[in-house]
Amino acid sequence: MFTINTIQEIIASLRHNKLRTVLTGLSVTWGIFILIVLLGAGNGLKNGVTSNFSERASNMVQMWSGTSSLPYDGLKSNRSLQFADKQISDVKTELKETAEQTGVIDKQATFTYKSEYGSYSIKGVNPTYNDIFKLKFTDNGGRFVNDLDLKENKKVIVIDKKVEDVLFKGETSLGKYIKVGNIMFQVIGVNSKAERWGGSNGYIPFTTAQLIYNPDKKFNNMAFTVKGLETTEQNNKFNDKLKGKMATSLRFDPKDTRALWVWNAQRDYVETMKIFGGITIFVSIIGIFTLIAGIVGVSNIMLVSVKERTREIGIRKAIGAPPASILRSIIIESILITTIFGYIGMMLGIGLTELINFILVQSAAQNPSDAGMSIFKNPTVELSYVLISTSILIIAGVIAGYMPARRAVRIKPIEAMREE
Amino acid sequence: MITLKNINKTYDMGQASLHVLKGIDLHIDKGEYISIMGASGSGKSTLLNILGILDNYDTGDYYLNDTLIKNLSEKQAAVYRNEMIGFVFQSFNLINFKNALENVALPLYYKNVSRKKRNIIAMEYLDQMGIKDWAYHLPNEMSGGQKQRVAIARAIISKPKVLLADEPTGALDSVTTVEMMKVLTELNSNGLTTIIVTHEKSVADETRSIIHLKDGLIESFEKK
Repeated sequence: MFTINTIQEIIASLRHNKLRTVLTGLSVTWGIFILIVLLGAGNGLKNGVTSNFSERASNMVQMWSGTSSLPYDGLKSNRSLQFADKQISDVKTELKETAEQTGVIDKQATFTYKSEYGSYSIKGVNPTYNDIFKLKFTDNGGRFVNDLDLKENKKVIVIDKKVEDVLFKGETSLGKYIKVGNIMFQVIGVNSKAERWGGSNGYIPFTTAQLIYNPDKKFNNMAFTVKGLETTEQNNKFNDKLKGKMATSLRFDPKDTRALWVWNAQRDYVETMKIFGGITIFVSIIGIFTLIAGIVGVSNIMLVSVKERTREIGIRKAIGAPPASILRSIIIESILITTIFGYIGMMLGIGLTELINFILVQSAAQNPSDAGMSIFKNPTVELSYVLISTSILIIAGVIAGYMPARRAVRIKPIEAMREE
Repeated sequence: MITLKNINKTYDMGQASLHVLKGIDLHIDKGEYISIMGASGSGKSTLLNILGILDNYDTGDYYLNDTLIKNLSEKQAAVYRNEMIGFVFQSFNLINFKNALENVALPLYYKNVSRKKRNIIAMEYLDQMGIKDWAYHLPNEMSGGQKQRVAIARAIISKPKVLLADEPTGALDSVTTVEMMKVLTELNSNGLTTIIVTHEKSVADETRSIIHLKDGLIESFEKK
């Protein structure tokens, strides 16, 4: 007998006591609203930090060679250690977890264009550097260093946008020549990604840098990507393995802490993701408990409603209402309250998170060069959450209404009619 | 039509228990017009409630229209109440946020009659009771007499086998009481078995038989 009739009866009964219905419903609205906003905020934090990570490959490891502090294998301590091509191939062959590798030659130099100049760091890199560090080139922003540049030791340079702004003062730099130290380099690309730590850079082919700065073909900095390291323990094991291999390869004591510096971005990423997993769970729990409070509110009010309507229920039973009908109407009434008001809360929650997202996107669009460190990004909630919430609301309505409904069914008609 | 065999009912109230009906034997034929009289506490309302399947009894048998009314499930009881019994109360017991028409139509809602149809039928009964003009008024806008007419219309709309009335004129003034009894008498003359619980002699005199209850037993069953 679940017909329009039933709904009409229930809506009439709800309208009969508008204030009570609305106040009850509001507690559900609030519960859902808080749940969605909290989840959205949690997502926003997570997305913001994650996007910072993906600005560099999150699965990256960087190594710097240092000075040995312990004697080893007949060699004295205090040796300045440096990488050579051998170390790159060692990493490639012996550490299967690594994918792309690049050595980096790190120097400082003065860049000059006409009458403007500045002191910047200059990095000698392989093309894989771009795969690892993910520089950004706009449509007419040129390109990165390629294999041909390396092969021919070309004097070409890619500069950061900040460098272009300072030296070229609004002119485009592509194709023009700047002096690096005493040597002329042609600008082949501009990196428009803002660098947050370290200064601004210019990038030249690795082989060119070696010719100029390191004729002995040694360098201090290596970077490579890793794959398949999912957990903190895996990453720690890899770090140890790496240190071990390098210790053998460069001949320093594996226990030497100053010989090699390793930064494992992948491990940082895994740890951060764990934290966010935790935050999401925490936030969900808070949201759910708020919602539960709302449901308890609905249940409470349904009990009051049943008590108030004892006489009416008694009359209906005396006229011939089957228990199923009474049960159904109470539970459906409860479901109507939770779904309608829950939906309002959901719309408000989604509206707010989308609004914040819109504002963030707008302000980011207006300040593209400042779009570096975003802690908060895309604080929205996926559709699946919404669908799950709807089902939760309906189930909540059933639960909230069940006990009051059973109370209602147990009402004896004659006793009911004696009240009042 | 109605047969009661050795009906006993006891109310259990924690410490004390009250043996209200101590063995009622009764037979009522179709079309009879009966009053039940007795002092307070004699058990007359209890008896009526049992007849109306609003309360259950402890021992004995109650046959209504050859159907045994005993140990019924709530669902079955509801069906019988709806189809076989019309009940009128002293305090009218109308649903106060529904208008007269909706109140009268309610029993048909539980018979799954469509809204349009049951409203038409309800209007006919309101007309029969002479209060068609009050169809869209709420109970608190009507006088006692009008409310009782609505209640009667509601009681008979599902064409029950028996009409039970518990002090139907108790809340009405003497003039309205006379009118009400006219209505009930006319209904009975059309063949509806009618049983009225009352303490007013004038009401009892309108009926054709009087049952006197004393201390949970039938003292006398006078038939005119």
